[in-house]
Amino acid sequence: MKYAFSFLAVIALVLIAWLGSQIPGMPYLFGVALPYLALMIFLGGFVYRVVHWAKSPVPFSIQTTCGQGKSLDFIKQDRLEAPNTTAEVVARMFLEIVCFRSLFRNTKSEIHDGPHITYESSKWLWVFALIFHYSFLVIVLRHLRLFLDPVPACVGWVEFIDGLFQIGAPTWYMTDIGLLAGCALLFGRRLITRHVRFISLVNDYFPLVLIFAIAITGILMRYFLRTDIDIVNIKQLTVGLVTFSPVIGAKIGAIFYIHVFLVCVLLAYFPFSKLMHMGGVFMSPTRNMKNNTRAVRHVNPWNPRILPHSYAGYEDEFREYMVENGIPVEKELPPKKDEE
Amino acid sequence: MYNKGTIIPGLAIFVLIVTSPLWLNAFMTGSTVPKVELPQGGEKQCVASATEMRANHMQLLNEWRDDVLRDGNRVTVMVDGKVYRKGLQMACMECHTNKEKFCDSCHEYASVKPYCWDCHLTPELAATKKETH
Repeated sequence: MKYAFSFLAVIALVLIAWLGSQIPGMPYLFGVALPYLALMIFLGGFVYRVVHWAKSPVPFSIQTTCGQGKSLDFIKQDRLEAPNTTAEVVARMFLEIVCFRSLFRNTKSEIHDGPHITYESSKWLWVFALIFHYSFLVIVLRHLRLFLDPVPACVGWVEFIDGLFQIGAPTWYMTDIGLLAGCALLFGRRLITRHVRFISLVNDYFPLVLIFAIAITGILMRYFLRTDIDIVNIKQLTVGLVTFSPVIGAKIGAIFYIHVFLVCVLLAYFPFSKLMHMGGVFMSPTRNMKNNTRAVRHVNPWNPRILPHSYAGYEDEFREYMVENGIPVEKELPPKKDEE
Repeated sequence: MYNKGTIIPGLAIFVLIVTSPLWLNAFMTGSTVPKVELPQGGEKQCVASATEMRANHMQLLNEWRDDVLRDGNRVTVMVDGKVYRKGLQMACMECHTNKEKFCDSCHEYASVKPYCWDCHLTPELAATKKETH
């Protein structure tokens, strides 16, 4: 039912945009007001979440290592798996963000007769994640052609490489297929792998269904439902949005508003969802700390400020009471002045 | 807040990247929204209505390309009593003679790079090549 709910929610969103955009005057809500609102929620929420995380102290040095840490000179250090310097941490983070190395290490545990448990390498998650994320990145970069005027050459290069196969007109893009396949595969993985299915929640399924629907509406708009989809007219609106002078010149087909509305929902939902791993991957102390606990002392930032208190200081503080109670002291009380 | 030295610049870079279309457009001189040049000869009729052509011309051209080059089907198209041969140069550019003002103005604005011109020639260019036929 958890995944059925995600589908229902997305279908409801599509219906809202489809029917809503048909009401006279409402195109400005779906095409202008909501995109601005969604982007503000996205940026504000993103910054809020990151600042919120940054306010949490890291009490221990908790980097995860899976290699030989820096030790004696004749023991070879695994510089990527147990980074000791900032440069090594940066290299490790870079590979994590760009190549998803921690997903590469994903294992599948199985119980066999005996009973004994085996751990087998399972690269599917890594492969699906690579397909999904890189397709999505290229699609976002390609969309810059709608927001920049004139369009920089590099955006054209991305489009050219993406449409290299020159299939159909307008040319089919590899990443369109990649994003759909990536969503479907990641969704399928959650359904088919029993223990992943067990721990999957609505907020795991919903973003996948939402992104799938965004890709589907985009593809339908580009290749199939082309009624009233005039790219010049649409670019006039999108460039208008980023120059704060949006105009809807002529009628735009409902599929455009559905696509834009779903993107707005994704943007507004982003900071409050698991999609925040986009910012979180940089903030993860298990990845971004140095494995140098033997060389550098990690001080818990929430420790109270306790000053060293020597015995001499202690005696200075309590000497009077110690003498009074007959406890021996190293330094006697100063001789009392005559009471006059 | 901890690690201000890295987190604040990181957030600033993120916000700059997300809002980059705002800054880039502010520093670039934008073009005006293109308007296609209508046929010089004053023809009013095309194979389909203007809105349909605006939306679907690339699919029509692709179908014609497949018909003619891949299936050898050169059967002409008749719309409202007027006969059209299937072809970019043979039909479209008979009336829309100016590639720069008709095709390129919108394509450049929307960064669309159709590969028509890998094989096709504009009427002016075709005229200079007549001898080789």
